[in-house]
Amino acid sequence: MKVALFITCYNDTLFPEAGRAVVAVLERLGHTVEFPAGQTCCGQMHYNTGYQAEALPLLPRFVAQFRHAEAVVVPSSSCVTMMREHYPGMAQRLEKEHPGIVDEVASLLPRVWEFSEFLTKKLGLKDVGAYYPHRVTYHASCHGLRGLALGDGPETLLANVRGIDLVKLDKVEQCCGFGGTFAVKNAEVSSAMLAEKTTAVLNTRAECVTACDNSCLMHIGGALHRQRTGVQTVHIAEILAGDEA
Amino acid sequence: MTESSAMSSREAILSRVRGIVGEARDADTVGLEWAALPRAYNAASAADRDAVLLRLIDRLHDYDAQVYRVSPEEIAGTVREIVSLLGLTEVLVPAGLAQGWLPDGVAFVKDEGFSPRELDRFTAVLTGSTLAIAETGTLVLQNLPGQGRRAATLVPDVHLCVVREQDVVATVPEAMRRLQATAELPTTFISGPSATADIEMTRIKGVHGPRFLHVLLVR
Amino acid sequence: MSGGTALNPKTAPPFPIAATAMVGNTQLRKNVRHATDVIQAKRARVVGEMPDWQALRDAGSAVREHTIRNLPFYLEQFERNCTAAGGHVHWARDAAEARAIVVRLAQEAIARGRTAPSIAGRPAGEPQGTHPGAGEAADGVALQGEVIKIKSMTTEEIQLNRALESVGIHPYETDLAELIIQLGQDQPSHIVVPALHKNRQQIREIFLREMKLEHLGESPQDLADAARRFLREKFLRVETAISGANFLIAETGGVCVVESEGNGRMCLTLPKTLITLAGIDKVVPRFQDLEVLLQTLPRSATGERMNPYNSVWTGVGKGYAAGDGPEHFHVVLIDNGRTEVLADAEARQTLHCIRCGACQNACPVYRETGGHAYGSVYAGPIGAILTPQLLGMHYAQSLPYASSLCGACYEVCPVKINIPEVLVHLRGRVVEENTGGLKTITNPEAMAMKAAGAIFRSEGRFRAAQRLGRMGETPLERRDGQGQKWVSWLPGMLGGWTNVRDLRAMPQQTFREWWEERERKGAPAGEAG
Repeated sequence: MKVALFITCYNDTLFPEAGRAVVAVLERLGHTVEFPAGQTCCGQMHYNTGYQAEALPLLPRFVAQFRHAEAVVVPSSSCVTMMREHYPGMAQRLEKEHPGIVDEVASLLPRVWEFSEFLTKKLGLKDVGAYYPHRVTYHASCHGLRGLALGDGPETLLANVRGIDLVKLDKVEQCCGFGGTFAVKNAEVSSAMLAEKTTAVLNTRAECVTACDNSCLMHIGGALHRQRTGVQTVHIAEILAGDEA
Repeated sequence: MTESSAMSSREAILSRVRGIVGEARDADTVGLEWAALPRAYNAASAADRDAVLLRLIDRLHDYDAQVYRVSPEEIAGTVREIVSLLGLTEVLVPAGLAQGWLPDGVAFVKDEGFSPRELDRFTAVLTGSTLAIAETGTLVLQNLPGQGRRAATLVPDVHLCVVREQDVVATVPEAMRRLQATAELPTTFISGPSATADIEMTRIKGVHGPRFLHVLLVR
Repeated sequence: MSGGTALNPKTAPPFPIAATAMVGNTQLRKNVRHATDVIQAKRARVVGEMPDWQALRDAGSAVREHTIRNLPFYLEQFERNCTAAGGHVHWARDAAEARAIVVRLAQEAIARGRTAPSIAGRPAGEPQGTHPGAGEAADGVALQGEVIKIKSMTTEEIQLNRALESVGIHPYETDLAELIIQLGQDQPSHIVVPALHKNRQQIREIFLREMKLEHLGESPQDLADAARRFLREKFLRVETAISGANFLIAETGGVCVVESEGNGRMCLTLPKTLITLAGIDKVVPRFQDLEVLLQTLPRSATGERMNPYNSVWTGVGKGYAAGDGPEHFHVVLIDNGRTEVLADAEARQTLHCIRCGACQNACPVYRETGGHAYGSVYAGPIGAILTPQLLGMHYAQSLPYASSLCGACYEVCPVKINIPEVLVHLRGRVVEENTGGLKTITNPEAMAMKAAGAIFRSEGRFRAAQRLGRMGETPLERRDGQGQKWVSWLPGMLGGWTNVRDLRAMPQQTFREWWEERERKGAPAGEAG
């Protein structure tokens, strides 16, 4: 299958290794990856902070970049949640200026997949043939858990990784406290939520914590690093890209 | 406040509401729309009678209520046993209670519209019930003969309540549909003794209502 | 007696500031975490045993939506039927008007009690209870009378107790939690369990002091017993009660109150006068609709299959039912900003709320701060959307941002209010209020957002920003023991991040640069991972 990668603005800038891992997994599975060069951002930060007018022009840009894709894969459940929840409504507001965009969004959205969701739901895979000999715990990001209803998909993929020691995170359904601009606007509360999450992570004695969202991981990993815990954060794609070679 | 300014508040609020959602539509239109609302939940239960009764008993036990399964002939004797165990000599009863439920040797005092202070002198009250809901362990009492006014089953500390098996329904929707015809009566849903969880979320029995609930489930 | 600083969203500090103080209160956080953990576990258990739970949520949502859409019809129907059953319906546009109506009705009821000495409230020689000074209300106003109250957030919303006290009427809160709040000169922090921020030792101290007890155990049972003894005499004596309402039933003109302790039943049935204050949003179409809401409300609120007592009554009762309950019954319907909520089609679902508090228990923000940080009697996620709307979005503008948008509130809401969606919508309204022309230029956040928007609108600008960001950040980077670069200090608003977290430095190569390099080399075997 020809897969178009929407890397998302923050993965592009801050976590390119996650993108490289997505490419490695998809190519190992025999798929062709494309990267439309004009892509930038889904608009989530603006939209969720209340600057909805600033987010609007990013929708026609996304549609222009991906309208012909067979499948769009996005290594971020929060960006996919943003698109599924708000793009239809945004398209309504844009229809006058961009005739046909409502229909285009309706036809494009079913082809947009979060990375792990693409593997489990679109390709029907449980095992992608990875090897990762480490003790790992999985953080279910809120947007993956509730926004996309990923269920146990990501954990199934992880459980089938050879060599992995996968350990459950206590209170896995509880938010880590990132929440985009929330982490800055309500830094104290965000930190308090984060402290509960890092405590849960440390209690697992895992070497690394993984998730489908680098945004949560940036937040959790930032505290784990500040506290010099030695616990690493890795995007789920990086684990699934692992091989024995 | 004068009557006219009260009217103007009423009109101000209603006209604001109408200005937003539109004029009130006629009763038929609204009624049709109401009837078409989705109700895919379980209105009734497929469980058999025994299972329904056992569920009611289980729920009542869960609330720390005492349950006695009796035949109609055994009601009076069971009431006598409970009352004598409590060391009581008089029990409050509403008007219209079946005479056969009252054992000899206990003074049954009919509620004649006692004041709150007079009610407070009674330790126990004996009543019937309109129905019971198995799923939630709920007894429903209404202001009807044999059940009386609401205060009478509230102020005494012990409530003995007679429930006929034929009046036990499985689910809340079944109960509400049976109650529809008497919906305007003062109605109390009682699920176990008075309780609170206001302190550290610990459920404890007995605050202001009766702290002891005895249910006589009659075949 | 209800001193303390009343929760007033017009004067409350912004959420981040109020929350900072709460986050530092170890005892409070421990109490709130414990309570919310317990309720959540109980709720999950009793919700889990309902195979038709989602269908009940759908039905509840549909009933509420239908009601709000037909509010003029149902309000008038309720008024007509309640009046026909001997009740009196009053309308109040705002808090001041509602307070005035309730105070007047209470005064009239108390005056009626005086002119009928045989049933007068206070026989001579009766214990004086814990009145603040014999015959005197809190602030020195001569005591004119007393009322007993059922827990009602609507009366808290309009700050009714102060209004009553100011004319010498002493209100006794009778719900255990509200009693704790009243005696402790505190404020409610949760809509269902308002004293959840207090633990048993703290409650014991309040009771010992305020009930003037010599001995008191500290088990919840001991404390509840003390409340029973303290209030019993008030229930038997006081002839006027004030309540809220869970549901107003349009079809019958009836009212439904849901409670646990029996204090509600005492207030509803023993006094001669009952005054019920209810928002215009509290109406439901028919008696049968309770079959949905009486299943979802208790399970969501306290994690019980059914709460101990639900009372339904209609007016003052006719025929056989006459004499069951009060002789005088008043319903005060209050707007106080609810029509403001109604006017915003995208946020209107806020009015579907049945006040179960499940969103508060599920909210990870509420869990860390408790309710007082929200500066309103409506705390947690529902408060974050309701409070600013009730005030026309002119106050409490920080509340829509008091959420990480994690969605736990929506998941547990028994009437499926999409709280995250409303929060985001209201953030848009806050931004609208604070931007445009000069307001944008003087608003650093708006300027930053505008600049970021421009960057994302163009691939070229985005690339340039990535390069610039890397350069701008370089002076702040430090290498750790593993040789990775991290940033531990950021300026200005972004400093909130680096107070407790490091930020990994921007890598030297963005993904797109790597991709282009790989394309140039023409080899898809680029290094991964």
